[in-house]
Amino acid sequence: MNELSVEQKKFLHIQKRHRRVVGVSRVLILLSFLFVWEFTANTGIIDSFIFSCPSKIALCFWELTTDRTIFVHIGVTLYETIISFFLVIGISILAAIALWFSRKLSEILDPYMVVLNSLPKSALAPLLIVWLGANQTTIIVAGMSVAIFGSILSLYTSFSSVDPEKIKLIYTLQGTRLHAMTKVVLPSSLPAIINIMKVNIGLCLVGVIIGEFLAARNGLGYLIIYSSQVFRCAGILISLLSFIFLF
Amino acid sequence: MESNAEQILELKSIYYAYHNMEGETRALIDISFAMKEGEFVAIVGPSGCGKSTLLSIISGLLQPEKGLIKINGKYLRESTTNIGYMLQHDQLFEWRTIYHNVILGLEIQHMLTTKTKAKAHELLDTYGLKQFENARPSELSGGMRQRAALVRTLVLEPDILLLDEPFSALDYQTRLRVGDDIGQIIKKEHKTAILVTHDLSEAISLADRVIILTPRPATIQQTLPLIFDLEKDTPLNRRNAPEFKNYFNLIWKEINGNE
Ligand SMILES: Nc1ncnc2c1ncn2[C@@H]1O[C@H](COP(=O)(O)OP(=O)(O)OP(=O)(O)O)[C@@H](O)[C@H]1O
Ligand SMILES: [Mg+2]
Repeated sequence: MNELSVEQKKFLHIQKRHRRVVGVSRVLILLSFLFVWEFTANTGIIDSFIFSCPSKIALCFWELTTDRTIFVHIGVTLYETIISFFLVIGISILAAIALWFSRKLSEILDPYMVVLNSLPKSALAPLLIVWLGANQTTIIVAGMSVAIFGSILSLYTSFSSVDPEKIKLIYTLQGTRLHAMTKVVLPSSLPAIINIMKVNIGLCLVGVIIGEFLAARNGLGYLIIYSSQVFRCAGILISLLSFIFLF
Repeated sequence: MESNAEQILELKSIYYAYHNMEGETRALIDISFAMKEGEFVAIVGPSGCGKSTLLSIISGLLQPEKGLIKINGKYLRESTTNIGYMLQHDQLFEWRTIYHNVILGLEIQHMLTTKTKAKAHELLDTYGLKQFENARPSELSGGMRQRAALVRTLVLEPDILLLDEPFSALDYQTRLRVGDDIGQIIKKEHKTAILVTHDLSEAISLADRVIILTPRPATIQQTLPLIFDLEKDTPLNRRNAPEFKNYFNLIWKEINGNE
């Protein structure tokens, strides 16, 4: 290490202090929020039956962890989300590849994709239960239904926005359309694929929760519905907190 | 005109037009010429006249609407002659290293062997890219990228080389140097080559013959053989020869005379 100049030291010092202020303020905000919540609930300014309060939530969380039910619920939801996520990714990549290979097919299907994508997917869940029964398959399909059409559409858009000159290069090297796919289209769409995956994991979770609202015996969606039915708002809030920690 | 055994490439009244919903763009009209093995032809013409289109047709990427192309006496479709086409832009893939860009053609044609790999390394070495084998294209200068693109074409050992303004992305000095380098190498390896260029002095210093195209739709306005009385016929010597200026003026008048 070479000797740091006075100015550099001063700069580093200011930066360090800046970061400390930011960190401390963040924690302070959370603590004061919890404190105000607890205080107002205890003094009766807000109704703790409806709004719950941090101590009740902690107590409820303690109960749920000691009898391990919260882990079961989280596990089930996580499992369903991951399954539907991988199915969505797999199916949408295959579908987008098929659309890319056939311009006719993509033009024919385009309006259908747009309509299916703009469908309110949460309204689909009750139908799915009728069609597939109230079981885990339904929940996984509900998770997929939220993400799949948008995922295919954006993947296909990214596939077809590849520079045609790059594809021409493949042909000048005597490559086929398959080579264009594997050597150009897929590698250059990798950032887009990763982005779509990031969006999809959240969408799948939303779909799974909707499914669990309607057709489950466990999972976080079920926990929310059950808690609201017995007016245990702390339970709902714990479920919400669990989502935050899932990511 | 009977097709001659020595003629490696023969074009007979080629026509081509682009079609879309707005209408058709006629690009090539009645283009005919032939080339002998080892000949270096430069094609010059105004921007947008159809030079790239012509190369795409010779390489088989586009089918002419009329006319025929013979390579080594065979129709283009049946020909097994290897044609290397270097596009106007280098099109190096950012997600591959320079070495992996260079072997892309070998990969596609299932020709990756220890021998061809060694050849790729050797070519990268001769073109001064050895230290950059594992670099990404964005780490290279314009001239180096152009050389990498050339190596990607040469490693497939083409019998006919099509070069579409390969030096246009370079600054003037690099352009002179890389242009002269590449010209020499092509001459030395006795490759048949077609060079498309805007730059008249580039054409005159490198080619055996210049074909001048008219504005779109392109027809052949004139074919001009370049004969230099030099002991050592290098691009640099040509630039200093008295004939150079004469040819330059001649071609300049041809292009600008009909406007
Ligand atoms: N895919 C296409 N569809 C319609 N028209 C096209 C297409 N490609 C090229 N053209 C038209 O054909 C003409 C010839 O194009 P080409 O690329 O062969 O010209 P060029 O001589 O190579 O030009 P430049 O010197 O600018 O590279 C141009 O006027 C262009 O507008
Ligand atoms: Mg061009």
